Amino acid sequence: MQPLTAGEQMQSRTRDGMSMHEVAAEFIKPNDRLSSFERLEIYNRQYWFRILAALDEDFRGLRAIVGQRRFEALCKAYLVDCPSESFTLRNLGSRLEWWLRSHPEWIQPRATLALDMVRLEWAEIEAFDGAAEPPLVPGDLLASDPDPQFRLQPYLQLLRLRYPVDDLLVAIRKDNSESAMASNAVSQHHRRNRVRKVARQKPQAVYLAVHRLDYSVYFKRIEPEAFTFLSAIRQGKSLSDAAVLAFQRSDVPETKLLGIVQNWFEHWSTLGWFCQSKSANPEFISLSGRQS
Amino acid sequence: MPANPFNGFTDFGVGIGLRVPHYQHILSEQPVVSWFEIISENYMIDGGRPLHVLDQILERYQVVQHGVSMYFGSPEPPNREHLKRLKALVKRTQTPWLTDHLCWGSVDGTYSHDLLPMPYTFEAARHTAQKIREVRDFLEIPIAVENVSSYAEFHVSEMTEWEFLTEVVELADCGILLDVNNIYVSSRNHNFNPHDYVNSVPAERVAQIHIAGHSKFEKYILDTHDHPVIDPVWKLYQRAIERTGRTATLLEWDDNIPSFEEVHNEALKANQFVAEIAVAS
Repeated sequence: MQPLTAGEQMQSRTRDGMSMHEVAAEFIKPNDRLSSFERLEIYNRQYWFRILAALDEDFRGLRAIVGQRRFEALCKAYLVDCPSESFTLRNLGSRLEWWLRSHPEWIQPRATLALDMVRLEWAEIEAFDGAAEPPLVPGDLLASDPDPQFRLQPYLQLLRLRYPVDDLLVAIRKDNSESAMASNAVSQHHRRNRVRKVARQKPQAVYLAVHRLDYSVYFKRIEPEAFTFLSAIRQGKSLSDAAVLAFQRSDVPETKLLGIVQNWFEHWSTLGWFCQSKSANPEFISLSGRQS
Repeated sequence: MPANPFNGFTDFGVGIGLRVPHYQHILSEQPVVSWFEIISENYMIDGGRPLHVLDQILERYQVVQHGVSMYFGSPEPPNREHLKRLKALVKRTQTPWLTDHLCWGSVDGTYSHDLLPMPYTFEAARHTAQKIREVRDFLEIPIAVENVSSYAEFHVSEMTEWEFLTEVVELADCGILLDVNNIYVSSRNHNFNPHDYVNSVPAERVAQIHIAGHSKFEKYILDTHDHPVIDPVWKLYQRAIERTGRTATLLEWDDNIPSFEEVHNEALKANQFVAEIAVAS
């Protein structure tokens, strides 16, 4: 569907050049106040207002990075290419990262930063209402399988980013919530400064778990080894294989590895990140496959 | 005694829509509310806070599901994933009946997220009724369809909106969710007498009634659910329950949502009309 005009009116021509007035008149009755075109336009405007508002709500971080006007134009272009294919508006932004990768002109010159933000904002949606399965209980960790396989909670999202967009998004939201008290111009100025400051930083790997605790979503920075370990678990690797992958390029002394993995398990189990599955005992994890 | 064959729940009384800004108040204060209507799609998810809140609500209150995207009038068959998720939610809520709109809104798997008006033709009625039957057979639960507010009419229409609604529900053998605010909005937009509508629908099929507020613009009225119910709509409600008897009634308030008390008090105004018909009978 064609976006509205700059004046938020329905386009007067179809994509193939037909008069929208004539098209509308063919199937919609006018009344004593509105032409066929105007009656159709009510629906056309509601459609765009509704779906643009949904994207605006879900991607405030991206909006802050590219700016309000460009964000609106970007969203319209995205929705023309990727209209909703779901019964729920919740999924409207599911293809935004994919689409932006093939349309980087919308996010230049901050493409990497913008893509990081979109990935984070989508991960937050997934973490908010993704499935949760019964978490591991301490007894599961003491079971006897020498090389168990666990699964991560479906809602847990793992992200390797290049910019600290987690901090940026939290700051942007703080600015937005404070904008009710301060002038809009001041909060816009704050947001612009924050984005500029982050964009000037040299890209550096940030490893993030987007998780849920007590039904609230949190961003948790994790070590690169932890990221690799969790990613391997998600791919279905056994604990020992995941540990080998996690530390194969690490300079952590081998004598400390078991303790690190046990600490991870203890902490992540407390957070409920592991699903009830096969039994596990970190003491049985073999690290002999580690590469030097 | 049920008021009609499609309404075995006359004791439901007056409810309100369950909305996020009221979650905390409802859970902490546990106000006396006859029932809550939920938007099904908001809870057709895999987990997280919305379902957690819903489960707590279900422990204390009766909940009825109301959908916004089944699109009985759309040309394609019902989406299987949608149906599966909806059925899972029906099992969770134990909703005694389920409602959605008499409209279309999707084409070839692309969704408008709007409630688009139907062309009132016999062919459309047959198609829509067949789809309602399919959905009901899958969900194994009574279904009532809601008349939508509209801003456009089609040249091809062969009957009035209320004749179309009647044709569909008779063919589908289903109930009606009669939205008297929608009738009022459409009557102003299309220049018909809203009482003709209320007086013409098959009263024995009305399973539920919606009341709501709307917004008036220069050349049309928009169904915004962001105001109190106006007197002409209350009059339509009064006439509707004169015809249907006591019927589960729900106030919709979806935008600029005021406090829980304000919404609930607005809804409870319906009770005075229910009392009047009780006295009259």
